[in-house]
Amino acid sequence: MSKKRAKDRMKPEVNAGSMADIAFLLLIFFLVTTTIDVDKGVLVKLPPWSNEPPPEMKMNTRNVYSVLVNANNELLVRGEPASLRTLRDNTKEFIMNPRRLDNMAQDPTKAIISLKNDRGTNYKTYLEVYNELKAAYNELREEEAQKKYGKSFAFLEKGQQREIRSRIPLVISEAEPTDFGEEN
Amino acid sequence: MAKFTKKRGASKPEVSTASLPDIIFMLLFFFMVVTVLRDAELKVENNVPSATELTKLEKKSLVNHMFIGKPMTNYQKTYGTKPRLQLGDKFADISEIPLYLEKHRSTVPEVQRPGITTSLKVDGNVTMGVVSDVKTELRKSGQLKINYSAKKRVD
Repeated sequence: MSKKRAKDRMKPEVNAGSMADIAFLLLIFFLVTTTIDVDKGVLVKLPPWSNEPPPEMKMNTRNVYSVLVNANNELLVRGEPASLRTLRDNTKEFIMNPRRLDNMAQDPTKAIISLKNDRGTNYKTYLEVYNELKAAYNELREEEAQKKYGKSFAFLEKGQQREIRSRIPLVISEAEPTDFGEEN
Repeated sequence: MAKFTKKRGASKPEVSTASLPDIIFMLLFFFMVVTVLRDAELKVENNVPSATELTKLEKKSLVNHMFIGKPMTNYQKTYGTKPRLQLGDKFADISEIPLYLEKHRSTVPEVQRPGITTSLKVDGNVTMGVVSDVKTELRKSGQLKINYSAKKRVD
């Protein structure tokens, strides 16, 4: 049995060529059935729930930027009808108050954005408004980072980021919505 | 010179395909790792709005999803057209949220629990009423980190 000549003794080899086909099949299966979809969105921190009504806070009205979105998806900013397009720039001006007007925030740390909506407000509009308000803060932080460190906010060190965040804290207070225009 | 030409049978030069499966397997594993199988079948319309200030949710295991929207056409007979909440793969009532959150929380190691985020996938056409109710319930259950799911807007 073992006395075969060396010439005849071929290595038994499994043809590996079809392995690729099998792997390809699997690959195509996964390509088709899966979706590369990273979950992205507007990150929000909700206030904790308490059963007692919130304490009545006496706020200086100049520091409060009230934004109301009604059931017809119309904007009312500090009692005046407003448009979504100018909201971001107006908010930025309110927070920083570059011209030191007395009807705008005394200081970025004191500025409060109060957002209120109806139950009938369209979610898309609400999110757009929220997005604009958040964008205003993000742009201000970016500007501050450029001014102070000459770098983009995202590239700053943790401590520097924290410092800018405490300089321009994001305060968006959301009131309970009023019961208007809920669809049945 | 003759020494070199003396070959036993002219064998065709063949590229070895043995390593091809390895390459394909590598690709396969790459796709298996980066992709997620959608585990829940959508029963509500879910066309999320677009926004610019987006945060990516990195840790998939720390995220639980809630869908809000109008029931799809084939469910409208039983569930009506009013926007509804979908938890996991079935329609749910607002009151079922704490249990759903608790179920997810128990699968997460204790140290990572503060990082749990709720991803609210809300259809753009929904009114805020149902969203507010869900938000209130989330606040009552102590789940304060939420993420309004949105697409990237290019302007």
